[in-house]
Amino acid sequence: MVKYLPFEAPLMQLREKINELKEFTANADVDMSKEISQLEDRFSKLAKEIYDNIQPWDRVQIARHPERPTTKDYINAIFDDFIEFHGDRNFGDDEAIIGGIASFEGRPITIIGHQRGKDTKENIRRNFGMPHPEGYRKALRLMKQAEKFSRPIICMIDTKGAYPGKAAEQRGQSEAIARNLFEMAGLKVPVISIVIGEGGSGGALALCVANQIHMLENATLSVISPEGAASILWKDATLAQKAAEAMRITAPNLKEMEIIDEIIPEVLGGAHNDVVQQALNMKMVLSDSLEKLKNIPADELIENRYNKFRAIGVYTE
Amino acid sequence: MSIKDLFKTNKIKNKARISMKREEHDVPEGIMTKCPDCRHVELTKDLMKGLKVCSKCDHHYKMTAQERVEIFFDEGTFKSLDDHLVSINPLEFPSYIEKIQSDIKKTGLNEAVLTGIGELDGEQIVVAIMDSHFRMGSMGSVVGEKITRAIEKATELSAPFIIFTASGGARMQEGVLSLMQMAKTSVALQRHSAEGHLFISIMTHPTTGGVSASFASLGDINLAEPKALIGFAGRRVIEQTVREKLPEDFQTAEFLLAHGQLDAVVNRKDMRKTVSTIVKLHVKEAQ
Ligand SMILES: [Zn+2]
Repeated sequence: MVKYLPFEAPLMQLREKINELKEFTANADVDMSKEISQLEDRFSKLAKEIYDNIQPWDRVQIARHPERPTTKDYINAIFDDFIEFHGDRNFGDDEAIIGGIASFEGRPITIIGHQRGKDTKENIRRNFGMPHPEGYRKALRLMKQAEKFSRPIICMIDTKGAYPGKAAEQRGQSEAIARNLFEMAGLKVPVISIVIGEGGSGGALALCVANQIHMLENATLSVISPEGAASILWKDATLAQKAAEAMRITAPNLKEMEIIDEIIPEVLGGAHNDVVQQALNMKMVLSDSLEKLKNIPADELIENRYNKFRAIGVYTE
Repeated sequence: MSIKDLFKTNKIKNKARISMKREEHDVPEGIMTKCPDCRHVELTKDLMKGLKVCSKCDHHYKMTAQERVEIFFDEGTFKSLDDHLVSINPLEFPSYIEKIQSDIKKTGLNEAVLTGIGELDGEQIVVAIMDSHFRMGSMGSVVGEKITRAIEKATELSAPFIIFTASGGARMQEGVLSLMQMAKTSVALQRHSAEGHLFISIMTHPTTGGVSASFASLGDINLAEPKALIGFAGRRVIEQTVREKLPEDFQTAEFLLAHGQLDAVVNRKDMRKTVSTIVKLHVKEAQ
């Protein structure tokens, strides 16, 4: 059952009313179909009004929706023949990141992404999609493998951030993230990153040094969570809603700042309402990106990536 | 300006501060300095002569970027780069620009990093020196841009790039633009490295967050000053997450060394010699 978010409350109330009338019509011998159809019209209008005026904090809520599709959902819906590969060959297998090979429109690709769990049990196994160093090192191993076999790399970003833990620090969380930024810069194959949910800080960026970066309409990419920003800037985590606006973390914000390439439209109300349609929207953008990058020689791909990140920043000379 | 002159100016400045600080410190700050670690009191003049290292317990005091220039380069060889870049306020945070202006006045720097070209025992090097006295050394667009330009200069000159890091991480007030500076500096380092040039990272207290998770950790050789705090996540955040007390030495340079995350911990008194030797051993003609 899809859960409604606070800003969708008026819609939920209207939907309940419609359902009541439908039930009434079915059980009693009164035809209310006209009233129902009128209410359905009102519902569509209201939905458009609400989603057209969606606020940054609403997007954060959608990005965090418990039923929001994960990397795995999109892999299943978009690619064929996916085979998952495990482990960093050094310490272990971090299930907060998954990766492997698959085919996309008949061509082999490597796919890597943060992986949240669908329920508490899976979330514990996957550490809520917050990777340890070995997760980033697995990702890098798979990228190098893709490079060897000239496969494009597709990354899906969906994490609150790299895990702030004791063991993570001991095994070099900083180095693992930094190494990915550095090595991704030099990859000889096309890299496309799609932010599908929350993109939190360095832990998200470590899969983002791509030729093209896209974001789902309600995804976020930020230096710190709204709660974290609020507690640092105003010493009050409850001001997260204000921080979500001030920090400019939404897809339209990032598009405006020219950090991302494309906003991938979401189905009405958010990706969780229709995974199949959402996957189709992604597939279209992905297909375009791959086509654009397909025939670019390796040194140009590296040069493009260089120029892309080189240009980011604002200052006066 | 020699290191002795530095002292003179410090002494004069500090005299004015004595009266204000008397309540907090038992010892007048201008003439005498008390070690925050072992409480050893010594003449500020002697402390400066000893490179701001406590003569009793080896505590490494924080240094300004200018002080590092004085003790690191061959005299008179340092030429700064990109002093003209100034931060703007992309997210329109109230009083951000005022804070920047105030730190410009306080430190004499245009941002939290000083970059430049100079010579180390006759070898040309390009250096970036972060200064935690400027907005805690946090990295926004200008810091990222200055470091990137310095790296590009090193690539252009086929010179080694050396960085002294001191930073609390990304600068909140510039939002995701700050985050992206991690990627920007890293792509520049990748190019410098692909050309076969040497990069030495010297982590000083503190080196955390986005700076730790980008260029600071990417040296061909990663060094650190003793007891420097180095880490990705903050201690309090980790304690709240894992719900246990962390060991006293957690995230110190020595802790990182023990866990295989550093090449060496080098005392400030030996740093110049060590770096100079590493640079000499990487001179192309010598190979
Ligand atoms: Zn001491």
